[in-house]
Amino acid sequence: MNRILVLILFCIGTFSLQAQNFSVSGTVDEADTGLPLPGVNIILKNTTNGVVTDFDGNYTINNIAAGDVLVFSYVGFLPQEITVGENQTEINVSLKTDSAALDEVVVIGYGTQQKKDITGAVSVVSNETIEQLNPIKVEQALQGTAAGVNVTPSSGAPGAGININIRGIASNSENGPLVLIDGYQGDLNTINPNDIESISILKDAQAAIYGIAGANGVVLVTTKSGKKNTAPTIQYDAYVGVQETSRELPLLNATEYGLLLNESYANNGQALPFPNVSELGRGTNFQEEVFDTSPIMSHNLTLNGGSEKVTYSFGVSHLDQEGIIGAKKSDFQRSTARFNIGVDISDAFTFTGNTIYTSIDRRSINENGLGSVLFNALNIPPTFGVDQEDVNGTLGNEIINPLSQIENTFNDYNLNKFNGSFSLDYMPIDELTFTSRIGYSLSTSKGKDFAPIIDYGPGKVFNNVRSTVNQNRINDNSYTYDLFGTYENTFDETHHLTGTAGMTVIRNWGDGLYATGYDVPNNSWDFADISLTTGTNDGLNNSAYKYDIRKLSFFGRLQYDYKGKYLVSGMLRRDASTRFGPENRVGYFPSATAGWILSEEDFLSDSNVISFLKLRGSFGILGNDEAGGAEFYRSLLNGEATYVLDGNLVNGTALGRIANPASGWEEAEKTNIGIDLRLLNNKIDISADVFREDRKDLLVAGIPVSGIFGGGAPGSGAPTINAGTTRNEGLEFAINYKENFGDDIRVGVGYNATFLRNEVTEVNGTEFLPGGQFGVGQPQPARFQEGFPIGYFYGYETDGIFQNQAEVDAHPSQETLGAAASPGDIRYVDTNGDGVINVDDRTNIGDPIPTATMGLNLNFSYKNFDFTAYTYASLGNDMVRNYERNQPNVNRHAYYLERWTGPGTSNEVPRVTTGATSNVAFSDFYVEDASYARIQNVQIGYSLPETFLEKTGINRLRIYTSVQNLYTFTNYKGFDPSASTGEAIGGGIDYGFYPVPRIFLAGLNLNF
Amino acid sequence: MKRYNNIFNKMLLLLLLAFSFGCTEDYLDETEEYTIDSENYFNSEEDYYNAMIGVYDILQSTYVNVLLGEIASDNTLSGGESANDVIGFQQVDEMTHTPVNDNLDDVWDWNFAGVQRANYVLEFQDKTDFEGREMIIAEVRFLRAYFTFELVKWFGPIPIKGDERFVLGDETSVPRASTEEVYAQIESDLQFAIDNLNYTAPETGRATKGAAMALLGKAHLYQEEFDEAANVLTDLIENGPYALADFDTLFLQEGENNEESVFEVQYTGEEGAGFGCLQCSEGNVAVGFQGIRNYSGPVFEPGFSFNVPTQEAYDMFTEDDIRREPSILDIEAWAAETGATYAEGYKHTGYFNRKYLPRENDNVGDANLTQPNNYRSIRYADVLLMAAEALNRGGIDDSEARTYLNEVRERAGLDGVDAAGNALTEIIYEERRKELVGEGHRFFDLVRTGRAADNIEGFTAGKNELFPIPLEEIEFSQGNWEQNPGY
Repeated sequence: MNRILVLILFCIGTFSLQAQNFSVSGTVDEADTGLPLPGVNIILKNTTNGVVTDFDGNYTINNIAAGDVLVFSYVGFLPQEITVGENQTEINVSLKTDSAALDEVVVIGYGTQQKKDITGAVSVVSNETIEQLNPIKVEQALQGTAAGVNVTPSSGAPGAGININIRGIASNSENGPLVLIDGYQGDLNTINPNDIESISILKDAQAAIYGIAGANGVVLVTTKSGKKNTAPTIQYDAYVGVQETSRELPLLNATEYGLLLNESYANNGQALPFPNVSELGRGTNFQEEVFDTSPIMSHNLTLNGGSEKVTYSFGVSHLDQEGIIGAKKSDFQRSTARFNIGVDISDAFTFTGNTIYTSIDRRSINENGLGSVLFNALNIPPTFGVDQEDVNGTLGNEIINPLSQIENTFNDYNLNKFNGSFSLDYMPIDELTFTSRIGYSLSTSKGKDFAPIIDYGPGKVFNNVRSTVNQNRINDNSYTYDLFGTYENTFDETHHLTGTAGMTVIRNWGDGLYATGYDVPNNSWDFADISLTTGTNDGLNNSAYKYDIRKLSFFGRLQYDYKGKYLVSGMLRRDASTRFGPENRVGYFPSATAGWILSEEDFLSDSNVISFLKLRGSFGILGNDEAGGAEFYRSLLNGEATYVLDGNLVNGTALGRIANPASGWEEAEKTNIGIDLRLLNNKIDISADVFREDRKDLLVAGIPVSGIFGGGAPGSGAPTINAGTTRNEGLEFAINYKENFGDDIRVGVGYNATFLRNEVTEVNGTEFLPGGQFGVGQPQPARFQEGFPIGYFYGYETDGIFQNQAEVDAHPSQETLGAAASPGDIRYVDTNGDGVINVDDRTNIGDPIPTATMGLNLNFSYKNFDFTAYTYASLGNDMVRNYERNQPNVNRHAYYLERWTGPGTSNEVPRVTTGATSNVAFSDFYVEDASYARIQNVQIGYSLPETFLEKTGINRLRIYTSVQNLYTFTNYKGFDPSASTGEAIGGGIDYGFYPVPRIFLAGLNLNF
Repeated sequence: MKRYNNIFNKMLLLLLLAFSFGCTEDYLDETEEYTIDSENYFNSEEDYYNAMIGVYDILQSTYVNVLLGEIASDNTLSGGESANDVIGFQQVDEMTHTPVNDNLDDVWDWNFAGVQRANYVLEFQDKTDFEGREMIIAEVRFLRAYFTFELVKWFGPIPIKGDERFVLGDETSVPRASTEEVYAQIESDLQFAIDNLNYTAPETGRATKGAAMALLGKAHLYQEEFDEAANVLTDLIENGPYALADFDTLFLQEGENNEESVFEVQYTGEEGAGFGCLQCSEGNVAVGFQGIRNYSGPVFEPGFSFNVPTQEAYDMFTEDDIRREPSILDIEAWAAETGATYAEGYKHTGYFNRKYLPRENDNVGDANLTQPNNYRSIRYADVLLMAAEALNRGGIDDSEARTYLNEVRERAGLDGVDAAGNALTEIIYEERRKELVGEGHRFFDLVRTGRAADNIEGFTAGKNELFPIPLEEIEFSQGNWEQNPGY
């Protein structure tokens, strides 16, 4: 502390002592083009005396003495230092571009590495990309910008969770990557995209330095910090916009609905429900009623700067997004404040501290389930009025008027979170650095939902005879303490060695408290709080939980290169995790990488075509402990223990499901071979990778074991055992092209693609694991089974529609599926050829994992205009159409207009009838190809000419307009082919996903 | 300044190192969570009591031992709806059973579940002390002996592990202990129970000193340790509170837990059950299974017509034996008398196991699975006959043996006998069969006395004395357990 004080005093001292000095001025331009460079920082070395060039690249700096050193720096350019000569009052400088970011430093975990030296598969998404994409949530910036990364929204609702899978789905449970913010455990879900400097994604064995947590890939987020010797700059970014649904489904109008229902009733010999169809008209379009056009707004303010010894960065932001369904009933507000400071305490000590505060407020409506708002909007008949309830109970138990449903939805969720880190670097000698760093995350949330007394009609599951309010308080905390040392040295100018060794301690802990109040005064949200409720209830009205998970890890890494041409590295990490039993909590995770930079060899060094060429490969063992294990190594006491004593039933305690003390983490074996190639003076940048991952020891529930363990006892059962293996293999390809044409035109094109093959290669002890839901009371449609992709859909294969009775008679009986077939019914394939259609004929009818995903991104600028377009495509992913309620009186999708009504009328859509049919069985009739291509973001910007700004003190003012999710090309019938629940088994089942909104934005970027 | 800086640096480094060394694996054991799970239970008397109830619970699943044990004997045939109805029962009846038999698997799984639950308590028996702990431990050890005795009767040598639970992996490392070792544990468990229990239980249905003595006597008898058997059984007869009751009402609701009941498995019809988990039923599943097929008439409820007594079993009773009517129902006579109707099932003999037929009651569904008839596991008559057998076969005291035998005969309305030696032995065997028909003992009595091959059709000596270890168990053990001879 004293040292800082001394330093500050010293600085002030130097200021006051420099009195009789002169000014220096000049122009800074770009070496390649000769264009003036605005915004270049010029600072007097070792002082805070600094200025910035204006739009013409001009600057003037005062208080300069001969012999002083001026430092010229600008992001993306190599800095230059110039010593001022005697009475030299004009210094013009040309800055050279930082050779196509080849020397770009990439965060790789417990250290950084120059991009050219990286031997693993690492993708980087820069703040530039984030700025162009302007995402509401960070995850969206990874879609289509990083090869191998697949991003699927669980919903288009504001603030909803977004799933990230790196190089496919390998686990049957948890597939999300490890996210580290400045080195500590974090969460992409809450962070403000504008606070991010860069994102590194470790996709292969490079992530093995994170051992037991690295198998799903690692996302390393670096937040913004100030730069040394830069003058303070303020950046203000804001946008406003409107949102609308990206899709409405074509449904039957009232007349079409009436006709269909009449036909359906008639086919079963029942009286016509609508004897007079002609008076029905078009009826109500409930989708139009449910979807809103709603506003979105964002403000973001950043202040950056730094002196010789101190850097700082502040940021504040506010986002307000309303839902396209229910407007304020599904809105999202996020406010953040960020502070980052770096101080060189002495030559040997550097301190860095940063803190991010996040506040999130969110409301939500019932989504993606039986009886959710959109499900109801699709199923409620158009003959209903907007305020009409199903008072006659004609629509089954779940379907209610979606508008009343929204109206009676009341909830609120609020999260407050502090996260950040403090880090001390100690460099006793130049070659050696010790880092001691603690990262923390403290979050507290409260949730409340109110269920008013409501009656939607007879038998509705949403009816509520007694008002309740549920409230909860949840605390989630974590810290990550790292202590490691890095030694870097070059021997004989040829042997370059970097050694890193250290330890990490991670603790995640928290608790939750839930309570319910009964009888809310006035049956109103305004009074919905437990403090006002007086009702009592027989059951348990509150619950709580607490958790504490700890990890202790040691790691080491050795990186070596010979003359910068031949690169090898080896890593080893030892992890101990309390997620597993005491006897089985320690794991070792080794990995190795190697690279060969061919372009450094004599035979390529003079090439005019190849600027850079590197071959690289990696192999390693990584773990995934998120799959659980804590719950498996000891038994719960939830077995049945009921006996009869004194003639009465007595309840005791017994072991539940058999414990598996050996339950452990999933283990991934990752192999990667890649090539990095830059052509034509770095204008074209190509990366290609082939990879394979074998994920072993997946925890599979219900594996039969010997009877001696008591699994046959009431309430017990087979244990969960590490018994499954999956394989993902694929190919990644990315190409970027950048070129400037003359002074005014700049073009950039980026394309990346990932091809993936996924297969369950082994399930020991049980045939398959089921998952997902289809319809009501039907078998689970998705499976995890050897020889098939994870979560493939298991059902009947169809072969068109029976056109006449002769065809029915010629086909094996389908009676076991629900009813004997009639003309107009779906014909199922007798896949096993045993002459009868039954459950044994079910087979693989699709899977939700895309075979290929790709992104195509364009940048184009002409003079002061800029244009960007980001597109994304996903091919080969299937989706289950599960938003159609199998009930006689519901409305239907318009494809039912093409239904079978007689021989030759349709070979796709079966007849309608209220009678029993086997058409509702889960078959490929309900599985659709949900391949799609989406224009994610199109943006046009205009930077005001400097002549306009000269006198305003503004360095840069850019205005832009953009459209997000402009258009989606797909044959999928539902709302959103990109959505997924994120479940490994049972993902890709669509109950009426809340579609992503189409957003029209207008915004500005302002720099002072 | 420089020197100071160095010292400062060193101190800092030291501090960091101290922190990192202090952060050992102990850090991982300090987690604080509020969980009650298998490893931190047994903190109060209530916990022990509750876990003991869990052990008792498994007794109800031993219905299958009784049902299948009786089918295996020459007393009854399998029955059921058809030759494929519960194929495991059919095969045991025909003595064609193999290691693949779901019902034998049930016997293995469920009795081992009882052992596991008992060992869970015993593993933590010293964790918390309270007054009356020995009694709970004694009951749990009695129950372990009960399940273990069943297992050794059915399968011979079985894996045992002492006072701790089996954990995954034991199937490949814990060997099948010899029958001597298994019996040694049974005897020690029962002796502990005898020493720590009273003749009267705090609640009806719990194990007593008398139950432990009777089971110990039985265990000795099975090993042909006649002196030990005679000692404990005569002790029980002389000092225990038991007496023979009226045979006519013995197996009715009113006869449950009466003075003749030494140990009785308790059932009720108050809780529902389903075919998905037969062992979860609080009712006696065997009773519904051996009920009269499609029965409609007074007194009884219908069932699945398994375990039907043979003509020979009916005929062994003399006319004047008052046990015949309460033991075996002649359905034709009954139908003629009451106008009841019924359907003939597979292997219909015209007889039903009347001791355990479903009787009219208001049990909840599935009514076939929730019959409330308690299983009279050890009756005083059994004790008397065992004592007689031990005294006679051990050459100890034929006169005392006759006294006990005649007590049972006289209750049945028969005259006393005055035979001795081998003749007496034969009479005791015959009396035992008649007294205990339909109660699941006959097969094992025949096996232990070496008479099974002569009496049971299809019985192969040297093989069928034991049932096969379920095939999947052999596979799970990966060579650790060998199959029983002949299978």
